[in-house]
Amino acid sequence: MSEFEPKIVAFVCNWCTYAGADLTGTSRIKYSSNVRIVRFPCTGRIDYMLLTKAFAGGADGIIVSGCHPNDCHYTSGNFYARRRWMVFRRLCDFMGIDTRRIVFSWVSAAEGAKWAQIVNSANEEFKKLGPYENYHKLSTQEIFE
Amino acid sequence: MARIGVFICHCGENISATVDCSKVAQVAATFPGVVHSVDYKYMCSDPGQTLVGNAIKEHNLTGVVVSACSPRMHEPTFRRACAEAGLNPYQCEMANLREHCSWVHERNEKTDDKAIDLVRMLVEKVKRNNALQPIKVPVTKTALVIGGGVAGIQAALDIANAGHKVIMVEREPSIGGHMSQLSETFPTLDCSQCILTPRMVEVAQNPNIKLYTYAEIESVEGFVGNFAVKIRKKAKSIDESKCNGCGLCTTKCPNKKNPNEFELGMAKRPAIYVPFPQAVPNIPVIDKTQCTYYKTGKCKICEKVCQANAIQFDQQDEIIEVLVGAIAICTGFDIKKTDFFPEYGYGKHKDIIDGLQFERLASASGPTNGEIRRPSDGQVPKKIVFVACAGSRDPAKGIEYCSKICCMYTAKHAILYKHKVHDGTAYIFYMDIRAAGKNYDEFTRRAIEEDDAKYIRGRVSKIYERDGKLIVVGADTLMGAQTVEIEADMVVVATAGVANQGAEKLAQILHVSYDQHKFFSEAHPKLKPVETNTAGIYLAGACQSPKDIPESVAAASGVAGKISCLFSNSELTREPLIAVVDRLAPPLYSSCTGCFMCQSVCPYNAIEREEIKDRNGNLVKQLAFINPGLCQGCGTCVAVCKSKSIDIEGYTNSQMYSEVDALLNF
Repeated sequence: MSEFEPKIVAFVCNWCTYAGADLTGTSRIKYSSNVRIVRFPCTGRIDYMLLTKAFAGGADGIIVSGCHPNDCHYTSGNFYARRRWMVFRRLCDFMGIDTRRIVFSWVSAAEGAKWAQIVNSANEEFKKLGPYENYHKLSTQEIFE
Repeated sequence: MARIGVFICHCGENISATVDCSKVAQVAATFPGVVHSVDYKYMCSDPGQTLVGNAIKEHNLTGVVVSACSPRMHEPTFRRACAEAGLNPYQCEMANLREHCSWVHERNEKTDDKAIDLVRMLVEKVKRNNALQPIKVPVTKTALVIGGGVAGIQAALDIANAGHKVIMVEREPSIGGHMSQLSETFPTLDCSQCILTPRMVEVAQNPNIKLYTYAEIESVEGFVGNFAVKIRKKAKSIDESKCNGCGLCTTKCPNKKNPNEFELGMAKRPAIYVPFPQAVPNIPVIDKTQCTYYKTGKCKICEKVCQANAIQFDQQDEIIEVLVGAIAICTGFDIKKTDFFPEYGYGKHKDIIDGLQFERLASASGPTNGEIRRPSDGQVPKKIVFVACAGSRDPAKGIEYCSKICCMYTAKHAILYKHKVHDGTAYIFYMDIRAAGKNYDEFTRRAIEEDDAKYIRGRVSKIYERDGKLIVVGADTLMGAQTVEIEADMVVVATAGVANQGAEKLAQILHVSYDQHKFFSEAHPKLKPVETNTAGIYLAGACQSPKDIPESVAAASGVAGKISCLFSNSELTREPLIAVVDRLAPPLYSSCTGCFMCQSVCPYNAIEREEIKDRNGNLVKQLAFINPGLCQGCGTCVAVCKSKSIDIEGYTNSQMYSEVDALLNF
């Protein structure tokens, strides 16, 4: 039986995590190839509807990562992203979206090794949780019936 | 109709060794909208860029995806190539197949699938890229130099001599930094103050330089070419326009027992003081926490003796607002004190001192007039031990890096000691001798061969007092000896160089990155050592990492070059990737409802209220309006907008949703 490989989408900010992931590459540190990175100028730009869109499209796990608090290139974008995440997580719990499948982290441009470690540990977690088929059971069809 | 060109780069072997580039190009050719898909060995080379240009013209491309290295590396290169071929540069995107794919994964089908996914995502995104024009902003040709040490002084002089205005802000009462505390500098044994003070005076007298000492940066807003800076000029309690530097107040002040920071606690100073005789500016300051008048309301002797009526007890801090075009951070470093070492007595022994304190002892203008004497009893030490690598290169102490200058200054200290105490013996416990600069190895050789410094390869595990002597317990690995004990009269610990106090706070005020040791981060460790990731803000000297004087001066001149280059344009072009509020025809005008959530989250105050009035001048609606000169393009407003009326060019909702869609649903 072939091992389940989760589809992971990573929403990252350009200045810290994307640069940190670049550093991972420059340092040739290997990590799981299940992740695909989507670049944003800042985590503050990330509309969390995109996360639900990713789950709807078949993603099994999501990573959202940005600059450390106080270090945002645009001063405060990551603070708003964090607040949004606090609210969104409650909303997910309420709606039944599995919040174990969303990893929220801070990775700076100097933390190449940390990025690899986050991807690998997220990958392990998502593998254990299995494919996210239950998301489609939350779809609008159910409500209209 | 979209006509997208896809170019897959091999990057030599960097990508092609792990990713099957021709397969990716073939699959990309099948994506809807892609009319041209090729792979090539070196896309960033001249022929590679010509490939893009020719394809744009031949196939009438409306968008280009170059799948190669990180966009942080070559996005400007390919945007320029597209612009030259007649395609709007903002309709070119890059897929990161190198740093995010070939360099971090194994060669297998999964990696090829990932490369294909990444290309497909960017193809869908670029179909929705708008053609944009760069925004032009004026440049203020004034530079702000933060820090008045040797790096700051060099940068300021170079920029001023290029014909531009400079504002220098130094938080101590005088410029000069640590270099002014040194006795002699390696490898020439130049008297440190002799070579520095002429430069300090030049800074004070240069008509293009405005110097604020005893001042700190309060806030910085704006962006490259247009930084609005608030400087807090702390109250010296002296009217600088009246003081003539006679120094009478400092001699008459009865409050003389305060620890002298310049002499690192080895001497005392009055509450009204000039930090050192060669201070620039030669104006005293009153330490409000120590002055008898400020504490009890009595005294005022300085005011009575001052012939120039320059004492001003009611002087307040002043906030000065300036507009500058570029900022140079030259705030320098500090060293750990001996209290950082429990194994060396927690700093309680007066005769265990750090490198800077030894400099003050050796200095002719220091607390002992240049004689090497024990701080405890004033005796001349006959046996002195130098401990190199104290704290540095030590993960257990949290400082894994090498502090770079200690090997050299320890050799210098041994030489100076021997010149002053002819019958003394100097021992140096070392791990390695790092003497890599010009004439550096010859200098350390000199310490060994001419000045009889005894180098012992091993670390010092403990120093304690016994019968008035300091027992230094170390190892001698070259002799195979586990413990070596030396009964020393004085010990100089070459402590680790660390980030300066307040570096983290300054980094946050300026929005520049810093690492876990609070040293400022350069934009690229190899190719951009003097720039930060924030355009218009540059770094020079030890604030970036421990370095010696020639390197700091070189970096400072490098920064001055960068800033002069910036100032050689009368206007700057800014990236147009900024937010825009949608506009519709009346009576709607915009889907914006005027809730102004966006205004409350914008870190740059870039969002204004635009009033829409009808023909009679009655207010119809208030809309959000983005100031294109201030918006930095973070997109936080886009995410909070409830009516989805704001979008950000380059990362529009349409682009981002289609990117995620393309990744998963195809």
